[in-house]
Amino acid sequence: MKTTDSFGRPVIAVTGMGVVTSLGQGRQENWDALISGRSGIHPITRFPTDHLATTISGMVDFLPSSTRGASVHTHHLADLVAAEAIEQSGLPASDFGGPLFLAAPPVELDWHHRLALYAKARSHNGNPSLIEAAREARAMELFEESQFGTIADRLAERYGTRGLPITMSTACASGATAIQLGTEAIRRGECDRALAIGADGSATAEALIRFSLLSALTTQNDAPEKASRPFSKDRSGFVLAEGAGALVLESLESALARGAEILGIMRGCGEKADDFHRTRSKPDGSPAIGAVRAALADAGMAEDEIEYVNAHGTSTPENDKMEHLSLSTVFGERMKTTPISSNKSMIGHTLSAAGAIEAVFSLMTMREGIIPPTINYDTPDPAIELDVVPNVKREAQVSTVLSNSFGFGGQNTCLVMAREPV
Amino acid sequence: MSPRDVVITGMGIVSSLGEGADAHWQALTAKAPSPVLDRERFAPYSIHPLPEIDWGQQIPRRGDQRQMETWQRLGTYAAGLALDDAGMKDDEALCATMDMVVAAGGGERDETVDEAILAASLERDDHDILLNEKLTTELRPTLFLAQLSNLLAGNISIVHKVTGSSRTFMGEEGAGVSAIETAAARIRSGQSSHVLVGASFQTEHSDMLLAYELAGFLHREDWKPVWQRSEAEGGGVVTGSGAAFLILESREHAEKRGRKAYASIGPVVSRRTRRKSEPLGDGIAEMLDHLSLPKTPVLALSGASGAHAATAAEREALARHDNIALRGFSSLTGHMKEAQFPFAVALAALAVHHGSPYPAFDSASEAAFDASPDAVLATAIGYHCYEGMGLVKRA
Repeated sequence: MKTTDSFGRPVIAVTGMGVVTSLGQGRQENWDALISGRSGIHPITRFPTDHLATTISGMVDFLPSSTRGASVHTHHLADLVAAEAIEQSGLPASDFGGPLFLAAPPVELDWHHRLALYAKARSHNGNPSLIEAAREARAMELFEESQFGTIADRLAERYGTRGLPITMSTACASGATAIQLGTEAIRRGECDRALAIGADGSATAEALIRFSLLSALTTQNDAPEKASRPFSKDRSGFVLAEGAGALVLESLESALARGAEILGIMRGCGEKADDFHRTRSKPDGSPAIGAVRAALADAGMAEDEIEYVNAHGTSTPENDKMEHLSLSTVFGERMKTTPISSNKSMIGHTLSAAGAIEAVFSLMTMREGIIPPTINYDTPDPAIELDVVPNVKREAQVSTVLSNSFGFGGQNTCLVMAREPV
Repeated sequence: MSPRDVVITGMGIVSSLGEGADAHWQALTAKAPSPVLDRERFAPYSIHPLPEIDWGQQIPRRGDQRQMETWQRLGTYAAGLALDDAGMKDDEALCATMDMVVAAGGGERDETVDEAILAASLERDDHDILLNEKLTTELRPTLFLAQLSNLLAGNISIVHKVTGSSRTFMGEEGAGVSAIETAAARIRSGQSSHVLVGASFQTEHSDMLLAYELAGFLHREDWKPVWQRSEAEGGGVVTGSGAAFLILESREHAEKRGRKAYASIGPVVSRRTRRKSEPLGDGIAEMLDHLSLPKTPVLALSGASGAHAATAAEREALARHDNIALRGFSSLTGHMKEAQFPFAVALAALAVHHGSPYPAFDSASEAAFDASPDAVLATAIGYHCYEGMGLVKRA
């Protein structure tokens, strides 16, 4: 088998995958739910929803860490998917031997800790008193929770990843960027394998409010499972969610040499930054178009070789319109008949984790020969002519997938995956 | 020499000492360089404040300025200085193909809203509802965007049209190390031809001090050089606002457009020493071994933070080589967190460029150096975790 691509670079195989979302823990639980069209969106119970416009989410509420704050929860989610992915890869559980790329949300000292510190403060003159109280409390655990490098540090320790782990954010494209960074590191010959994780357990009240104030969230609270409806005419915003996805990326040569099962191939990655606006994309869609084309070029593939698109599909009016514009510009008429579905219709928008989770689902789509549906597609948007695999799964042999991730701050990252090496 | 050597063709640096490469060179080579300090605003902590900046010079639209908090404005401004310095500003083709790696923490919260919540929390027990009530009504909707880590890069794209690619690394000094290391590796492997890389840190905000003080890292006596804080009250770190952005190019790319480089970036190494179980000094020494330092005298621009344990370990490890002369620049700029390593590399490049060393910033602790520096070491040993260093050489 050829282990270099048409550019002479190492072919990148995926040899391990892990996932957790509001649908459940692990690949099997998630896949079963996904192909049966089940939604993980549910009413918020983690904190009171008084005064909130949105009272539903796709939080991961079934873990012991679910109520322990964003940093602890994100760490736990990342830890679960890392363990699952490494186990599947057959690599040693505590001596991974390659670098770690972690996509994670920015961290801050949790409000509960902030208020608890303040309650114990010697004086109550606002922030200066809070700083004094922090100094006197010497709570190392709180310090570490508010350091951006902590989660990766702990994962690196536990799984024996190599070197200084990279924690990164490209907003809602983060998970895809983590995979891209791992892919590039292997291509540079720095390592034979890399662990790429996207994890997000940051659905606090403040996070919800922040997105809400930007009018990004749907307020369709009455039927939570119906709230996320990508590409529908009545879509009204995304559903905030949590989860994590992990991939073990490995040079095909190294994977074959150790007899690992090849789960799929990471063919190419592309990106293009948007310079138009902090939250809106350039009206002509050129940056997203550029990202899709860059991913195809990096994969050495032509437009007509993509058989399925795993959409960013957030269910916001803006994203879905722009994603359709970009895809139909790149793929032309063919886009009307190329299946495209949005996992977010069931799991919501898992933010920093989305690109990684959706890469796992893209690879499973190819392996299982089943395309998960876009649920809640009851009222098609006439302006968006797409085959969104409405409401019910579809059996189909899929050998290549394009997965899109677009984020605030003009981040556009696309991944091209294939079932088999060329 | 290789066409894919990594050369530095532009820098934009800002600190309490001023803005730009020249201002820093002048300030740091003065007979007796002295720090700029604000001892009052955050007492008992001193900080090195931002100099006065005419933001409009690099961020012409006031609307753009308003959309950013100071940390983002500072980074966007410094990135503009770097682009200008490299002769790339407003060159659409070059900016549209330029890759970008930014190291960032979080942005500034709204202190007024936070303090109102702190005050109200003493009067009532339903804290969760209090949070919902206050945050939904008092937060400025666009503040979130001024806080998100990746929105510094986002603003650089908007203001300076740098759109080739955009990645934001998060996590204190280590993020700055990885940013430079990754940018350099991309150029060496041919993945990038030119990269904008850097970070900014704005310390003049309660939350930025709170993050250090949760573990008691801040120095609480009057200013002393970083090497002399171990006996003083507090944890040894004095913070400073500042930013450092660099334009890195392949030698070939720079030569084709006829640009002279300040210096080249040699090997960059990074590390995650298990500080709880292995001596940090040994980890640092091992990194030095990887760099194959010259036998001749080596100037070291150290990003030592002043944090007691890490600073002592760095000093001890570097002292194992009798040809290294330390220059702890944070004595004068303060600790700039994510920007530490980019700043160290920038100052190292300036010394190489001028062919002359910096005087001791702390003559009691730093050895004299009178050779012409051909290779300058730049270090950033995290105050809490992660380490990195690199060798900056003649282009």
